[in-house]
Amino acid sequence: MSGMKLIITKLLWLVLIFFGITVISFWVIHLAPGSPTDLQTTLNPMAGAGARARLEKIYGLDKPLHIQYFNWLKRIVRFDFGQSLSGDHRPVWDKIKERLPLTLSLNLISMFLILVISIPIGIFSAVYQNSWFDRLMTILVFIGFAIPGFWLALLLMLCFGIYWPILPISGLTSLDFPYLSFWGKLVDLAKHLALPVFVFTITGLAGMSRFMRTSMLEVLRQDFILTARAKGLPGHVVIFKHGLRNALLPVITILGLSVPGLIGGSVIIESIFALPGLGQLFYQAVMARDYPLIMGNLVLGAILTLAGNLLADIGYALADPRIRLGSRD
Amino acid sequence: MKNRNWLFILGIVIVGSMSLIALLAPIIAPYDPTSLNVDAILAPPSSKYLLGTDSLGRDVFSRLVYGARVSLWVGFIAVGISVGIGIFLGLLAGYFGGIIDEIIMRFVDIMLCFPSFFLILAVIAFLEPSLTNIMIVIGLTSWMGVTRLVRAETLSLRQREFILAAKLCGARLWRILFVHILPNALAPVLVSATLGAASAILTESALSFLGLGVQPPTPSWGNMLMEGKDVLEIAPWLSIFPGLCILFTVLGYNLLGETLRDILDPRLKQK
Repeated sequence: MSGMKLIITKLLWLVLIFFGITVISFWVIHLAPGSPTDLQTTLNPMAGAGARARLEKIYGLDKPLHIQYFNWLKRIVRFDFGQSLSGDHRPVWDKIKERLPLTLSLNLISMFLILVISIPIGIFSAVYQNSWFDRLMTILVFIGFAIPGFWLALLLMLCFGIYWPILPISGLTSLDFPYLSFWGKLVDLAKHLALPVFVFTITGLAGMSRFMRTSMLEVLRQDFILTARAKGLPGHVVIFKHGLRNALLPVITILGLSVPGLIGGSVIIESIFALPGLGQLFYQAVMARDYPLIMGNLVLGAILTLAGNLLADIGYALADPRIRLGSRD
Repeated sequence: MKNRNWLFILGIVIVGSMSLIALLAPIIAPYDPTSLNVDAILAPPSSKYLLGTDSLGRDVFSRLVYGARVSLWVGFIAVGISVGIGIFLGLLAGYFGGIIDEIIMRFVDIMLCFPSFFLILAVIAFLEPSLTNIMIVIGLTSWMGVTRLVRAETLSLRQREFILAAKLCGARLWRILFVHILPNALAPVLVSATLGAASAILTESALSFLGLGVQPPTPSWGNMLMEGKDVLEIAPWLSIFPGLCILFTVLGYNLLGETLRDILDPRLKQK
């Protein structure tokens, strides 16, 4: 199968998964007891049963579930996610759009840092397996796996915000942000993002460096590495040219698979640091039982996850000549 | 492999002592975890209150001890649910193959693409947040790994002669699946369940921290951190100790799971 055909099959498959995800989310959210009208009716002593029925009619909640789903799907393909039920009644897509850049850049910066730090750690741990460095890293990885991100965030706030106050601990910008010069603005943003990015990076670092180590160990064990060493190539060529390039392939896949985790992590980190990103928006939507906003976020999360998957597959195909050039059979 | 054995024992000691603390909570805790004391609000750690008190004057140490119960439950029940579903679907997919396998495994792929923390949050917000609901929802969103493992094992086991022999003896389907195949596929499931307990405990603490998990006054490490966050500046002990408990417990389960994997995986044992 050629690379192109692989990608087309993959695309069709992704569309199918997308439908699967939306059906499950829609079904689960609507099946759960508690309805968006609760906050306005049941919890409001002034509202009667009639008011509830009227509200349900306005929001289209009185129709059968599958009709609701298809109506919703028809609008989704036109990027119309409906209006938020709470407060401002603004279109869901507008609310998401203005928060997307922050969450994306937070995650991309952290992902970049994770890769830059974890790849060398993984290589070193694998090449010098069972050295003191490898042992130290193993201990740190275990701690990194076990540390709750939000607790780390609290500790950092305590350390850098209260005992040694050099960094702001909440929000995206300072009060005087509009009056700062361009560079001043940049520094201000960087200061506000330093702690969140640090938390994201630390929590992702453990898994990635462990994965890199395993991948590298597996490659170094193979026969072609032995061949390369046997024909007298210098050690660094064997490790970086023959070993690393092969060991990096599975990392591409893992990057794609890590997207759901990153999106989930955004909810809690953004809430703690009061960052106006997608995660915080989702948390607010959940608390207000805002159906359209919750569904919009779930769909977007699914799209980002699938995009991550697709990019990983394309990246893999481009990086691996066995797939790029197509196999002979 | 001396080093590994040492880590394995450490894992057992941590998980064992945490479970013991949870079981013996009424004996170990010096105070009632929910009784208020207006004379000792936000008291720092002292000989009277070992780890201080919270903003309602409750003893932090006693609350931590009772909080261990929540983590123990979540670890067992949530993982029990996910392992149960995983074993059932994995056996079906692996044994019957064909269209059943196709449907189950595509469903697994879809679930793996889910930003599952998003889904858990959404569902929990609509249900009443409670320990039971959390355990069920975590269990229902984390069975995919076990399904894949059991399916892979079943695929290779069903070709073996002892299964053919069992069939010839007239064994019923459920007997072949649960008595002949399942016990031979349990080793990787055990590893996966141990690691799953660690991540279930982390998820519970995150949900409780967001106020969507175990509800006060019942103490859980996550909701203690939530309550501590507001007084971070004046009472840091409220934020430090529950986090340490989570870190320690999750570390224990992970150590146990990872070392079990090395012990049970013959491919790595040769090294």
